[in-house]
Amino acid sequence: MQNMKLKLKIWKQRDASSRGRFVTYDLDGVSPEMSFVEMLAYLNEKLVLKGDEPVTFEHDCHEGICGSCGMYINGYPHGPVKGLTTCLLSMRYFKDGETIVIEPWRAKSFPVIKDLMVDRSAFDKIQQAGGFISVAVGAAPEANTIPVRKHSSDLAFDASVCIGCGACVAACKNASAMLFVSAKVSQYALLPQGRPEAKERVRDMIAEMDKQGFGSCSNTGACEAQCPKQIKLFNIARLNREYIKAL
Amino acid sequence: MNKILFSAVSKKFVMALAGLFLLIFLPVHLGINLMLLRGDPEPFNNAAHFMATFPLVKVVEILLFLAIIVHIAYGLLLQVQNWMSRPVGYSVRNKSETSAFSRFMIWTGGSVLIFLVIHFFNFYFIKLGIVEGDPENFYSVAYQLFNIPGYVILYWVCFLVLGFHLYHALQSAFQTLGLSNEFWTPLIKVISLLYAIAIPVGFAIIPLVIWLIK
Repeated sequence: MQNMKLKLKIWKQRDASSRGRFVTYDLDGVSPEMSFVEMLAYLNEKLVLKGDEPVTFEHDCHEGICGSCGMYINGYPHGPVKGLTTCLLSMRYFKDGETIVIEPWRAKSFPVIKDLMVDRSAFDKIQQAGGFISVAVGAAPEANTIPVRKHSSDLAFDASVCIGCGACVAACKNASAMLFVSAKVSQYALLPQGRPEAKERVRDMIAEMDKQGFGSCSNTGACEAQCPKQIKLFNIARLNREYIKAL
Repeated sequence: MNKILFSAVSKKFVMALAGLFLLIFLPVHLGINLMLLRGDPEPFNNAAHFMATFPLVKVVEILLFLAIIVHIAYGLLLQVQNWMSRPVGYSVRNKSETSAFSRFMIWTGGSVLIFLVIHFFNFYFIKLGIVEGDPENFYSVAYQLFNIPGYVILYWVCFLVLGFHLYHALQSAFQTLGLSNEFWTPLIKVISLLYAIAIPVGFAIIPLVIWLIK
């Protein structure tokens, strides 16, 4: 495949308190084999060589497991391909000559740090409120001591693959964090090790979610559609059940 | 305790329960309205009289008003909070795949509320003596209204919008109350669709049939 020429409209913002604006960049020589973040790194290389300020964006693992590379691409969190993070989104999904509009996640709870980089520590606060099990430290216990149903362990695993990227919040019309919280609650609620603290966990995590200023769930399903790890909406129903049990 | 009672999730529970109660009320109302199709005004007027006077119905009526008020108040409250959670919007429209009518619940709900106010002026306020009319002869009040083409068109539009609201409402209430999983949800979605078609169509055919008979 031939290299592409792209027009990039990228959100530039100095810090949380400044007003941002779109800056348009013409980028030539983009290989379809690049990932989306490699394309941005390539743009930055050119900008730096010219003496211009590079675009700030977050990325780390480049294998879809760290959750840091989220950005809103042409109206889709993580871009138009389902089940992919921005770092795994290949440039072959874009056409030569295409205009790509890139915005940061938009939510009160995710303030912009700079350009495309947002502060997602609201998620950390929710995790700290209850997303853990209290165990005595020491040698790892024998894994097969506590029997777990295959179905439960599969569902718990499916929930545990959430990488906390924030695409659910970015996609939701209410900027709700319900899919994230439901995944974090579900991964423990489904396993025997998570049951002793189940009530406090769900109460505290939901209280923290409200405190952080996320919206409520309208059951629209945008979060499920955009989740790069394809976390299911049924987890939100489980979160609601757990909350009723904890009342 | 307050954190639990007034959390966003608890508000959604209350909204869902109030909404489900209203969903039970609609078929009862429709059942009575279908009596309008009988040539004789007696059965309809008797049913209306029964609904207005029977003590147990009076109690249910209070619950109904409570459900309407709570559903609207919490709906508005949550909506305002939701708008506030994204103070700066996207410049490119969000293209994420969503269920079609779920995004417009505040607008379809608001339209239904406007119809409800008109409906109160036409009927309930006669019963309370605020608006002039014969509370013992709602049959003729209904026939007079259905003789006005503009009213019938408004009536149909409102029930179409109500259908949009109901289709998301039923399945969403089950999800909010945690009654949703791989097995039941597809069935609940079919029931939602059938309900959202049957109720509005049931109401909408009444003026049509009256007009055809004439």
